[in-house]
Amino acid sequence: MDIVKNPQVDWLKFKWIFISVSVVLVLFGGGALLTSGLNLGIDFTGGTLVYVKFKDTPQIDTIRTTLNRAGLNGQEVVRFDEESKNEVQIRMAHSKTDDSLDLSRESEQISLALREEYNREHLSNEKLDLNNVSRIELSTKLRNLDPEKLIDSLSASELSLHYDEVANKIVDYRNQNSGMIHNFSELDGLELSTTVSHVISEETYLGNFVVISVESVGPKVGEELRTRARAAIFFSLIGMLIYIALRFSWIDGFAAIVALFHDVFITIGIFSLVEVEISLTVVAALLTLVGYSINDTIVVFDRMRENKRLMRRSDLYTIINKSINQTLNRTIMTSGMTFVAVFSLYLLGGQVLQGFSLALVIGIIVGTYSSVAIASPIVFWWQNYRTKKSV
Amino acid sequence: MALMKRNLKYRLIFILAVVAGSVFLFYPPSQKINLGLDLRGGVHLVLQVATTDAVRAEANQVRDRVEADLRENGIVFSRTRVSDDFQVEILGLLQDQEEDWENYLTQYSANWTVRSRFREGEIDSVLSMNAAYRKVLIDQTVRQVRETISRRVDQYGVAEPTIVVYGSGDVKDQIIVELPGIEDAPRVINLIKSVALLELKITHPTQGGPYTSREAAIQSFNGALPPDFEVLKYQDTSETGGEEAYMVVRKAASITGQHLKNARRAEDAFSGRSEIEFFLNAEGVALFSRATEQNVGNRLAIVLDGKIRSAPNISEKITTESARITGTFSAVEAEDLALVLRSGALPAKITMLENRTIGPSLGQDSIDRGVRASWVAVILVVIGMLIAYRVSGMNAVACLLLNLTILTAVLAYFRATLTLPGIAGIILTIGMAVDANILIFERIKEELRVGKTVRSAVDAGFSRVFLTIIDTNLTTLVAALFLFQFGTGPIRGFAVTLAVGLIANIFTAVFVSKTLFGLILQKSNIEKLSI
Repeated sequence: MDIVKNPQVDWLKFKWIFISVSVVLVLFGGGALLTSGLNLGIDFTGGTLVYVKFKDTPQIDTIRTTLNRAGLNGQEVVRFDEESKNEVQIRMAHSKTDDSLDLSRESEQISLALREEYNREHLSNEKLDLNNVSRIELSTKLRNLDPEKLIDSLSASELSLHYDEVANKIVDYRNQNSGMIHNFSELDGLELSTTVSHVISEETYLGNFVVISVESVGPKVGEELRTRARAAIFFSLIGMLIYIALRFSWIDGFAAIVALFHDVFITIGIFSLVEVEISLTVVAALLTLVGYSINDTIVVFDRMRENKRLMRRSDLYTIINKSINQTLNRTIMTSGMTFVAVFSLYLLGGQVLQGFSLALVIGIIVGTYSSVAIASPIVFWWQNYRTKKSV
Repeated sequence: MALMKRNLKYRLIFILAVVAGSVFLFYPPSQKINLGLDLRGGVHLVLQVATTDAVRAEANQVRDRVEADLRENGIVFSRTRVSDDFQVEILGLLQDQEEDWENYLTQYSANWTVRSRFREGEIDSVLSMNAAYRKVLIDQTVRQVRETISRRVDQYGVAEPTIVVYGSGDVKDQIIVELPGIEDAPRVINLIKSVALLELKITHPTQGGPYTSREAAIQSFNGALPPDFEVLKYQDTSETGGEEAYMVVRKAASITGQHLKNARRAEDAFSGRSEIEFFLNAEGVALFSRATEQNVGNRLAIVLDGKIRSAPNISEKITTESARITGTFSAVEAEDLALVLRSGALPAKITMLENRTIGPSLGQDSIDRGVRASWVAVILVVIGMLIAYRVSGMNAVACLLLNLTILTAVLAYFRATLTLPGIAGIILTIGMAVDANILIFERIKEELRVGKTVRSAVDAGFSRVFLTIIDTNLTTLVAALFLFQFGTGPIRGFAVTLAVGLIANIFTAVFVSKTLFGLILQKSNIEKLSI
């Protein structure tokens, strides 16, 4: 099945339209970068990011005031993921730029402040928070209380093992349930003995929030990562330039790099426009894009090289157009398949990989366009320029 | 050249062997695949060791030793001090002792450079640490910190921890700690970070305090503390009526953490409060009994990390090996403190540069989503290939599945870590894996259109496209290499899966695809190819 039957499009005719579109896009990107700037993640700015899941729908304002009250200023609180998940992302910049500051305190302080607000009734009693306890602690507590009165019938290690199993059952259930138990009746399905169930409901409480993850990056580390990210993108572009130059020619290399740079720049511009956070994984996606997007260009250049040999009497204009047309089906299919794969990731992969998959989705689209619209015209223009010079 | 029948058979056997081998390597996946922290849940820490602490401690030790030796031999000098850049200065020696002094200093010449200045009949000497020695000291300190952390983590009970020394450049003064499966990260982080320096010091016999402020303490000595005493914060404020408390104690500790044999949580028989009971080794017991014997009526300050936890009276000489640290400890706090004391003090402070803690529920969630997205991607790509290339599309599907199999096997074999970006890498490979086949198929179609026979079209397809396939996969491989260089942890996982996927791709596209086509072409009079 041919997607496009025997295409005979004169691509180079549109070269000025292509360039204008690209220039507009690049200007747009540049404009977005200058005005709204980049939404850099804490990987690059340093700071603390805490993901919290609440039992009931959290009110962002309440959370903000709670944190402000605890003296934790300058935080951003946003709803995370779908509404139904009741998850919130709290982001805090470092309050000082001193690099001897205690990173761990910041996330602890957030936990404490939230606990004061949301688990108020249980602050002073000795009960364990069943939603936040580790299996080791739960097992130890059960062992000390020994609700099933096994201390006489089992040895010490057997006793430990038994309650370890009980604790494991409860904590595993909790982990598979997005980390939160909503009420004690949920534990009925775990087949715990009645004494254990009773002790659990007496000696523990179900906290109203769970800290799902914490990311703390010190300012020095943030700066280092920024430098490395920039260097990585720069050097990979150079790497591609050298590879193409060696396999084809320097002008081909140059054309390819311009197209690549155009792709990366527009992608970053779109990110800036829609204010999507740029994290380490997003930069990884951009680097991948550099390596992937060059493929379309290689395929076209490869065909051009072959056609130059076969069609010695034709001019460059015809050769370029023919090469693009001949590889069109392949380009559409490959981009299509890769797009489908990456789009699935975007839709289904979850919040953590959203930035990453978005970068690839945008990149594949722009990348396919640029090998036709940017790389080929540049090769043509250069050749024209050189032939004019030699005349 | 078309594939001969026998050639074909060997190739098929080889491919089947690869499949069998792969499946063997990665089955069962839950045991063989090494999951990264972002999928398993756990803690990833980057810690900075304050190596200057160790350098300062060494300089102070040398200063103390020199001073003690000078005093012991009755040699006159003005004073000694340690400068801000850790140079040991001994000032005001008499010039006529020059020869003896230089002989004495030779014992330090291995690690220190001595510069002496002569003025007005006096000698001032400055000892600076040699760069090589400093490096040895730093390396040693960092290694010790790593071992102490290792012991603590071990005692806490973490399965498969990773604790390695790390550093950018030639100074390796950072430690990376990875603890999979941790569910109470804050507690473990505290365990790792506490210095846990235990010192038992004797208070000043007459003016020990407690005082309500540091200044008040110094005041009682008329503004000048005796040189071998210091003021420390006292955590039990009951004696000062709830206000801050400070005590004056000897600088030199009678007992330190090195003399501990063991420590454990204990409960006060009456109040039920948690305490830490520690046990001294033989040397500790001897030192302890001598110290208590010489200081009956004084108080014994139990100092933890530079703060006095409690200061019981010494009513008699103590010869037992155990003593207790009392205070307001919760059961968990006491347990942790005992653990930390057992593992030994940290020779230098550590600060946290980076902390990534992923809860296990998030990890599970990520796995679920990643797997689901992968399945959808595979199905969509398979459908796409079958629609576009009909029966030949099966060829591509077989290559794709083989690709994934090999990829999983290689990951399992090298115990490479699968991270969430790694799963994304697999999905990307799915999309890219078909590219090689697409190149081949399109070329075959072109050759068929020009009028070649099926057999020669297939041959032409493969041979013309071979270099292009190498090129495209190689460029993405180069990008993966850069990613590996630049990235850490999860990103490296992505780079690895991408790279392995690409290499497997080259193998399947060229070798396997050709074999499968060879099978199809075996029917000797095939006229039409379903492509």
